[in-house]
Amino acid sequence: MGKVVLKLGADISTDIIYPGRFMATVLPTETPQFAFVDDAEFNKKLKAKQIEPGSFIVADKNFGCGSSREQAASCLVGWGLKVIAKNFSRIFLQNSINVGLYMVICPNIEASEGDELAIENNKVVNKTTGKSFDIVPLPQARQAIIDAGGLIPYTKKMIMDGKK
Amino acid sequence: MGMTMVQKILAKATGQASVKVNDVVEPKVSLAMSHENGALVINQFSDIYQGTGIEAKVWDPSRIAIIFDHRVPAESSKTAGNQKKIREFVAKQGITKFHDIRGDEGGICHQILPENGYVLPGSVLVGTDSHTTSHGALGAFSFGIGATEMAAVWALGKILNVEVPGTIKVVVNGVLPKYVEPKDIILNLIGKLSAEGANFKVIEFHGETIKKMSTSGRLVLCNMTVEAGATGGIVPPDAETVRYLKQEAGVRNIPELFGPDPDAAYEQVVEIDASKLEPQIAFPHTVDNVKPVGAARGIKIQQIVIGSCTNGRLDDLAIAASILKGKKVARSVRMLVFPASTRIYQQALKKGYVATFMQAGAVVMNSGCGPCLGVHQGALADGDKALATTNRNFKGRMGNPNAEVYLCSAATAAASAITGEITDPRTVSPAPKAKSKAVKPKVKKQKTKTKIVKKPAKKGRK
Ligand code: SF4
Repeated sequence: MGKVVLKLGADISTDIIYPGRFMATVLPTETPQFAFVDDAEFNKKLKAKQIEPGSFIVADKNFGCGSSREQAASCLVGWGLKVIAKNFSRIFLQNSINVGLYMVICPNIEASEGDELAIENNKVVNKTTGKSFDIVPLPQARQAIIDAGGLIPYTKKMIMDGKK
Repeated sequence: MGMTMVQKILAKATGQASVKVNDVVEPKVSLAMSHENGALVINQFSDIYQGTGIEAKVWDPSRIAIIFDHRVPAESSKTAGNQKKIREFVAKQGITKFHDIRGDEGGICHQILPENGYVLPGSVLVGTDSHTTSHGALGAFSFGIGATEMAAVWALGKILNVEVPGTIKVVVNGVLPKYVEPKDIILNLIGKLSAEGANFKVIEFHGETIKKMSTSGRLVLCNMTVEAGATGGIVPPDAETVRYLKQEAGVRNIPELFGPDPDAAYEQVVEIDASKLEPQIAFPHTVDNVKPVGAARGIKIQQIVIGSCTNGRLDDLAIAASILKGKKVARSVRMLVFPASTRIYQQALKKGYVATFMQAGAVVMNSGCGPCLGVHQGALADGDKALATTNRNFKGRMGNPNAEVYLCSAATAAASAITGEITDPRTVSPAPKAKSKAVKPKVKKQKTKTKIVKKPAKKGRK
């Protein structure tokens, strides 16, 4: 269970999630401070720890379009945020899988800020409205990386297994 | 059923006779490119090896390219520190395709790769930059990935879990009218497809207009395919590709060329009549918000930017210089020009373009990403409107979320610099005759070998 803490439209670019001017900051431990930094109010709430880990960002289509900067995914991981979008831009989707950002593709999602959501049996259940929405499962090859805990442990295992 | 360009390349890179769309493959990588974000790749790369007892060695140091371009020279001690860390890694691993901050071989990664012959037709290329799509212009399957994914490539020499993408075929026929540029073709296409219209797909370019287009123009098209969400853009290699590789990139061993099968299956076919195109403008704040220049006419601009990996090449500078020759940049405008590489900068110096820009009042900056992503140089004030030949106009892109960025070709940017408002380049009047004659002998136009796509305007067109 988690609350919708941010409701966004379509085509949310990586410049909105993590502006280019902070790209010199690269380490996943340091990127969270700049998450949605141009949305001063939301960023302040994050930093003041007023947002519970496990809370949801809900967006329309093409979330994470634009740059390949991985900071846009790692900055959200740092706060324990989960993202539900109608669909994701390719590079952002792959980055999220690789760095362990919890994201869900849900083409028909309906939710407002403040709603309580839960992920149950491949559905997003909006506990506030009582409606539920189907999740599009990830291709198996991608799920394998998630199951391994991200691309670093996945690759580490390949190397250890001598698959190189 | 035949295969598209990308299917054929992926079959080759995986040693299979054929691959189908949505197959999951692990192709061998010919070249892996990073820029300053190599600092994060290094971090993730050492994390992979942490605790394994195996020495962290990249799979092939001759297949890794690192180019400093995003923040050159370093704008902060933090960036300088990242660059230092990369330099040390490059030396330790023996990475050879390294382009530091230098006036002889520096520039933006998406220009450095092709002009140095690092991109070969039929190969698989990945880069930690979304505009890695550019290199499809030379017939490679080239796409952007994140830093962690690159760390795995450095370790394994292949890219994991790639789903073979479907392909959209774009056919462009007809002769582009004067002052209508490859940039206008791609902006028009992005407007048609939308910002996510090609998500997870490849755009393959065909038609007479593409056949006649220089590699420089093809790079513009492929560069911006990612703005329609595409994994990559690709132009089947041909005689022009060979000419570019031999004459401009110094490649001696050109691999055997191949195109798509005649009976390849495409998910969608889009046709564009180039002869009917007008100059295009992408309005803020999405790249697919495209309208003909007429819809933007008269919008007052405070900053004009010509440059970037999209339109900072010699033919862009040539057309802009031809429009600005003997003219002045409006007092209300700051005009910034940044050539895509120092090689292009030197060519522009020889041809007199740099002098033309400076005499007109423009500031010519060093080669690098500079104002394009708003990290350093050329930031906008609140309420400013910029008109740029770059590829993105997202909120905050030029360093200020309270400013606006409009995108266009180099011709439209130059014409607008003179008036201070968005202007159709087809309406600019030529430089006064007597004056241009007087200046002429100083500019050695005929002597250089590099082909200029457009000649300077002789007569204004209405
Ligand atoms: S010029 Fe702009 S778009 Fe091109 S690589 Fe640099 S920052 Fe990216």
